Amino acid sequence: MSETDQLDAHLDENGEPTRRDFIYIATATVAAVGAASVAWPLVAQMGAANDTLAAGSIEIDLSKVEEGQQLKVLYRGKPVFVRYRTAKEIMEADTVEMNDLPDPETDDARLVANPQGALNTQYLVMIGVCTHFGCIPVGEAGDFDGWYCPCHGSHYDTSGRIRKGPAPLNMVIPEYKYLSDTIIKVG
Amino acid sequence: MSGPSTYEPKYAAERWLDKRLPIVRFGVDFMAFPSPRNLNYWYAFGGILTLCLMSQIITGIILAMHYTPDVNLAFDSVQRIRRDVQFGWLIQPMHAVGASMFFLAVYVHMFRGMYYGSYKNPRELLWIIGCLIYLVMMATGFLGYTLPWGQMSFWGATVITGFFGAIPVVGESLQQWLLGGYSVGNPTLQRFFSLHYLLPFVIVALVALHVWAVHHVGQNNPIGIDPKTKEDTLPFHPFYTMKDAFAIGVFMMIFALFVFYLPDALGHADNYQKADPLKTPPEIVPEWYFLPFYAILRAVPDKLLGVILMFAAIAILFILPWLDTAKVRSMRFRPVTRWFFIIFILAGFILGWCGARAPDDVAIPIGEGGLTFKWLSRIATFYYFAYFIPILPIMGWIEKTKPVPDSITKAVLSGDA
Ligand code: HEM
Ligand code: FES
Repeated sequence: MSETDQLDAHLDENGEPTRRDFIYIATATVAAVGAASVAWPLVAQMGAANDTLAAGSIEIDLSKVEEGQQLKVLYRGKPVFVRYRTAKEIMEADTVEMNDLPDPETDDARLVANPQGALNTQYLVMIGVCTHFGCIPVGEAGDFDGWYCPCHGSHYDTSGRIRKGPAPLNMVIPEYKYLSDTIIKVG
Repeated sequence: MSGPSTYEPKYAAERWLDKRLPIVRFGVDFMAFPSPRNLNYWYAFGGILTLCLMSQIITGIILAMHYTPDVNLAFDSVQRIRRDVQFGWLIQPMHAVGASMFFLAVYVHMFRGMYYGSYKNPRELLWIIGCLIYLVMMATGFLGYTLPWGQMSFWGATVITGFFGAIPVVGESLQQWLLGGYSVGNPTLQRFFSLHYLLPFVIVALVALHVWAVHHVGQNNPIGIDPKTKEDTLPFHPFYTMKDAFAIGVFMMIFALFVFYLPDALGHADNYQKADPLKTPPEIVPEWYFLPFYAILRAVPDKLLGVILMFAAIAILFILPWLDTAKVRSMRFRPVTRWFFIIFILAGFILGWCGARAPDDVAIPIGEGGLTFKWLSRIATFYYFAYFIPILPIMGWIEKTKPVPDSITKAVLSGDA
């Protein structure tokens, strides 16, 4: 046995791996598991901390928004848009052909029922973040009367659905519910 | 190339030291390094880059003494550095302008390497280490730009971390992990500061490997042939230390012009507005040195494809040594490929121009409605990649190169080196 192959697998007289091989492998395995279990916390610490995760929910009073206006509220570092849509805007949102949508979704599917079980079609609540790279689109702009993202030119319609430009998806509807006729709770 | 050591310790103390730690020998041999005798001023950019790195580290460490990485305080702390800290008005722009000068120098240095074929055998690894340095520099520059916490800092960070969100399946979790939250915020700023402090020292380590590799394989030169005799080379000191010193002097004059007279010319006015997570500036533009890649990103309508192309534009540099199949190194002897290279540089500038403008604006008023920046950037992106594949491999096979001189000395004496 030369110096160099001390660490290679050897066979004993019966052609079985030696006990020394077993000890080598067992030691290396314990070291690898140990290293991995130390490495994990070092990596995982970068994720959102508990206080960030617990940043909870907010309540929004819809009666503060007038027809044709938009409210922006900060939620988890991102703006939530609450828009009181005009009749024309609702009509536009409702009459779109699904085939024209890159991310097909009806306007109704993007609304949440009020305590009476009906849809308040005038209130559109969504996360006002462009699904391309996260800029905030400008309201009442773009080719579809909805929002326009200045960063790379994405056009959204009056339901916040992507119509044209590099963004792949509709703007996200956050999880929310009506607490009363005019108060919603986001998150 | 490094050759046998020529150092002979003269005094007893030197001999004592040399036997235990040959550090003086190392320094002496380093300075005596035989360099081709025909190096021109494009070869001074290595020295210029060393100066830039030192300058960034020194000014950066000073800035860190006064800077506060907190979303409520960062913006004001940088303004305070510029207004109230003794000589802060000088040191802050030295760092901010210094980053631009660093990139200017690195681009010249890389184009130099591409023109003289310095990435070819036996310098492939030297080239790859250089590409790694460039990559870490880009990361450092991006992280640093977030620190002053202006509007461009914030929205630049949002868009760039958004690239990771484009990755299928794991994208969103990865992005949250990078940001430490749902959006760019305080955890993001703090880790960016920590990493911005770290990465320059990673660059220092990579530069050490880079220089080691140069000393092992020897420098290339404008005619791209190996030195054959002692006559073909000159000792690094004093010949090139002096030549580099002169170039550094000229470079510092340009640097000083910006620092003293145009400290904000290379920045963006929106960065003098504090970051506002509720309002995106009307137009987001990265620092000038990222513009070509930004243009490539925006050239394609698909989010994921744009990100892939942008990263590919950098990744392709790493395999350049194997894409160029030509035997002759220097473009001086490649009459046709030389033009393809010049157009490549031009495409780089065009991409930079496109990156700075709105995609739907008209760039060149030709044809019906004119050529928009989006289309111009598509053409330039196409050429950027076409240069690497297929132009370089094909030209290497079919091009008839000009005759290469027998030796560096002959070329120098006949005036074509
Ligand atoms: C590879 C070298 C480096 C590059 C390319 C670089 C780049 C940058 C850039 C572009 C900025 C933004 C400046 C502005 O727009 O105002 C910045 C800021 C900053 N950098 Fe660096 N940097 C480097 C090394 C360092 C080092 C070694 C430190 C040491 C801790 C440092 C500390 C800082 C600090 C504290 C700021 C914030 C203050 C300010 O904005 O001026 N940097 N850096
Ligand atoms: S971030 Fe909105 S279009 Fe790119």
